[in-house]
Amino acid sequence: MNFDMSPYGAYIWPAYAISALALIGTTAWTLAAWRRAKARLEALEKPARGKP
Amino acid sequence: MNWLFRYANPHEFMRLSGMVLPFAAIGAALCVLAALYLGFSAPSDYQQGRTVLILYIHVPAAIMAMTVYGALAVCSLLSLVWRHPLSDTAARAAAPLGALFTALGLITGSLWGKPMWGTYWVWDARLTSFLLLLFLYFGYMALWNAIEDETRAARAAAILALVGAVNIPIIKFSVNWWNTLHQGESIMSGEVAPIFLAPLLLMMAGYGLLFLTLWMVRIRTAILERRARNLMQAGP
Amino acid sequence: MSPFATLLWRDIKLAARSGGSAALALSFFALVATLVPLGVGADLRLLARVAGGILWVAAILAALLSLDRLFQGDFEDGSLDLIALSPLPLELTSLAKIAAHWLSTGLPLTLLSPLLALLFNLAPGPTLILFVSLLVGTPAVSAVGAIGASLTLSLKRGGLILPLIILPLLSPAVIFGAGAVSLGLDGLPAANALGLLAAFAFAAVLLSPFAAAASVRLNLGG
Repeated sequence: MNFDMSPYGAYIWPAYAISALALIGTTAWTLAAWRRAKARLEALEKPARGKP
Repeated sequence: MNWLFRYANPHEFMRLSGMVLPFAAIGAALCVLAALYLGFSAPSDYQQGRTVLILYIHVPAAIMAMTVYGALAVCSLLSLVWRHPLSDTAARAAAPLGALFTALGLITGSLWGKPMWGTYWVWDARLTSFLLLLFLYFGYMALWNAIEDETRAARAAAILALVGAVNIPIIKFSVNWWNTLHQGESIMSGEVAPIFLAPLLLMMAGYGLLFLTLWMVRIRTAILERRARNLMQAGP
Repeated sequence: MSPFATLLWRDIKLAARSGGSAALALSFFALVATLVPLGVGADLRLLARVAGGILWVAAILAALLSLDRLFQGDFEDGSLDLIALSPLPLELTSLAKIAAHWLSTGLPLTLLSPLLALLFNLAPGPTLILFVSLLVGTPAVSAVGAIGASLTLSLKRGGLILPLIILPLLSPAVIFGAGAVSLGLDGLPAANALGLLAAFAFAAVLLSPFAAAASVRLNLGG
């Protein structure tokens, strides 16, 4: 694999870094929101323990 | 149309998306990794040198930016005309993803432009259109958030999405016209030296599958959130 | 008078009464035209070059000022429900409101523009082009604005979202309108640009009443 970027490295790496950060970050956020929603729903669906 | 409505049932959607998700997710990862491998192992002996590597992530982002808006517009149409129940949720879920791809398209386009043209921002036709597209996404999301009643918000957003969809070709045409007026023939995206197609196509597939994965998860999340809300309103 | 004309006349009178929306729009227009040279300097050649773009953007923003009240006033006091029940279709109601808005903002702005073009050292030829472009293009601003106004009519602070929604949609108007002036400055024929602007305005005025009516219905439906 050829990693010699000169002289464009200063543009290529940030482009990849930002894209990776944004996409991986969004994926993580999306999964976290899913887990939160699932946990909340499961908590609500548990039979009520007769609290007022 | 009937087959579409079969999946309108949230239960059906949960079931089907649950089956499809793992494949979409793994497919996305494989495509992206393969694209990265092929892209970085290509020799660099043509005009534009290594900057073509940026195109491998710029072009897919740009294509997704437009595609997602198209999907959003189709969902809006289904919602308004055929009252397809899950379409509103789907449209709303797609918007932030579309905005993200648009932003990435702008950023990578800018980073591609600097070594090519000398400045980070060039008012070329494509970047300018994308900037306007980003605002269209923002307006759409803002409208959803502003209107309290969910049903009203859904229909208002759907109308806005369709108005935007009609406008996008007009905007693109006018921006192209403006570009030739002020800068002659310098269309940034036009002249791309022959790049290796395989990494590009694989990355496009990867981005597409990633969008589908995230979209499905967001819709599923919205369905669960609505169930939770209904349970809370039903009271103890 | 036909129901259309009645509504049109009523809206114009209302606009004139409530603080004079024409006066407000004209003042705003003139103020922006004053502030920009203060901002970019008094280089007359530079000002002449940017006059088309600046005045076009200023005109759109000025017209925007009174847009959020286009349907909201009638919505809040219940008149809109009555208007919706009248035999006049909501599409024509929207068209009447668009026309009233244009007559009370777009048209006055167009009439003031040659004076402001003077502040920018714009030559007579390009000034005429600017005038025609505003005359032809400001109806599009009212039309597209009506879509935004009807979508946000139930919002108390809707005025903040309104510009965000409609300004991207109006970019073709700025492009063709200011572009025409730019061509005129370079001595090139501006007819093409004005033609494109006219086509855009025509389509906007023709189609937006449908979108606006749909938005009004969904807001009244509750």
